[in-house]
Amino acid sequence: MESVNETRPRKSKSWKEKLTPLLFIGPHLFFFLIFLAYPTIYGLVISFHNWNFFGDMSFAGLENYANILWVTDSLYFEYFWTAFRATFIFVILSVPPLIIIPLLIAVAINAKPPGQNFFRALFYAPSLLSVVTVVLIWIWLLDTNAGLVNYYIGTLGLDAIPWLTRTPWVWISLVLMTIWWTIGTNMILFLAGLGEISDQLYEAAKIDGANKIQQFFHVTLPGLKGPMAFVLVMTTLASFNVMAQPQLATGGGPGYETRVLILYIYEVGFTGGNPRAGLAAAMSVVLGMILLCISLVQFKLMSREK
Amino acid sequence: MKNEDKMSKRISLIFLCVMALFWILPLLWVISTSLKPESQAISWPIRWIPETLTFQNYVDVFMRDDVPVLRWFWNSFFVATVHTMLMLLVNSMSAYAFSRLHFRGRDVLFWSLMGTMMIPPVMNLVPLYGLISNLGWVNNYAALIFPGLASVFGIFLLRQFFIGIPVELEEAARIDGASAFFIYWRIILPLAKPALVVLALFTFMANWNDYLWPLIVTSSTEMRTLPVGLAIMQGTFNIQFAKLMAATVLSAIPVIILFVFAQKFIVKGIAMTGIKG
Repeated sequence: MESVNETRPRKSKSWKEKLTPLLFIGPHLFFFLIFLAYPTIYGLVISFHNWNFFGDMSFAGLENYANILWVTDSLYFEYFWTAFRATFIFVILSVPPLIIIPLLIAVAINAKPPGQNFFRALFYAPSLLSVVTVVLIWIWLLDTNAGLVNYYIGTLGLDAIPWLTRTPWVWISLVLMTIWWTIGTNMILFLAGLGEISDQLYEAAKIDGANKIQQFFHVTLPGLKGPMAFVLVMTTLASFNVMAQPQLATGGGPGYETRVLILYIYEVGFTGGNPRAGLAAAMSVVLGMILLCISLVQFKLMSREK
Repeated sequence: MKNEDKMSKRISLIFLCVMALFWILPLLWVISTSLKPESQAISWPIRWIPETLTFQNYVDVFMRDDVPVLRWFWNSFFVATVHTMLMLLVNSMSAYAFSRLHFRGRDVLFWSLMGTMMIPPVMNLVPLYGLISNLGWVNNYAALIFPGLASVFGIFLLRQFFIGIPVELEEAARIDGASAFFIYWRIILPLAKPALVVLALFTFMANWNDYLWPLIVTSSTEMRTLPVGLAIMQGTFNIQFAKLMAATVLSAIPVIILFVFAQKFIVKGIAMTGIKG
């Protein structure tokens, strides 16, 4: 007596039918509640306490937030904002090339030159590696004394560059290895977007006498609006989350120059004899709120398009 | 007009070749270094083709007691495999319910779950560690396998795919009195293979390459995963670059093999994730 038309649920169901959906969503929901919903709230709770992960929590009120946000003579205030500055510098320096370079590569591949599949595979390949592998490769390439890069700079008669120990070179190195590592994903998203642009638009532009560069600005770029918004937000979020590159390549140095927020959160919360979970949680919440705002902007953009 | 197309093809090719050099040379140099005796790795002038070709670095990497590379390989492999299988199971079950079963609040629940994708993972680092340490899971495979299963992205991906499968295909089975579980297991899952492969690839690679979480949640050398182990190696081997590069090459081999076989799926998968944007 099953109804064939399943689009509308029948009014009365047996307990068994009612239970079935719960059995299907239950396993995931179990993990979701324990490892995502609960920690999100627990994190807020921790941020209002002093805790070292082991003993008892002691209520600290707004102390942790105060120490990083408005008690300007606290050491944590200084460190937090130094870390914030480092993260910000990395975002500003890395996001533009992480969009422009894969865009140009995608446009070039989309012109269908010989070997296009090879190029696509090559530029994507490093994205498959772990960040540790990538950083190790670049530490070796950029080594001040024995590195390949400084060797060729030396053959030009120039002095060795302290890639991993001096400003501004540290920033260039961190951005360089990040570009090498991650452009693949954006490239493929752009390629997918380029495939969606109708040939007729290009034909029409040609008839109007537009050259290739004009076509790029008036047909290609407007046609990529959708993927562009997605790529921009995803790349910005990823850059805010940078941690392993400075941790492994520069140690956050010189001084605290490249000690980005997540690296600082890691140091405060998870290293040393007395981890400060409350402070680390408060910093995570502040950073999290910034990231959430970026996500919300994306959400707005997406829903406007639809 | 034909000429203009030829021209743009040529310019594209030149541009791609120049860029390709920046992507290929580091890889070649790493391989070259890993095949040199340590003494020649840092000798000037630079030699792209090793003077003495040796696999000793690869052997050495496996022989050292303080860097149990094989164990790290196993840890990463075991954890990523179990994590991926569980992810496929719980996500596909959930996606089936959200696309095929009818219950009150279904769509509200689904979109609420999707909304949590916006919660920045960094916010959960501290509390998740607190939870794991309360559970006594620090330095335990469980901490590397289970927390990631909370992710909702796979449900989104699979639900989109399930919706595209014609309902008629399961109608006959339902008339015969087949249970929801039978339909899910015997009809939907086999038809959803392409989407399942994509999800499996992404889940496996994300877990295999993960760095920060395993760094925090493991403490003994034997329990490290490959990326964390490699990072430790940097400290241990200090400036022994030839051995370090051999380890780097070894760590890359599994994902490269995966890529060669699954490139099409990966490309399709990324395009799929972009569609939601």
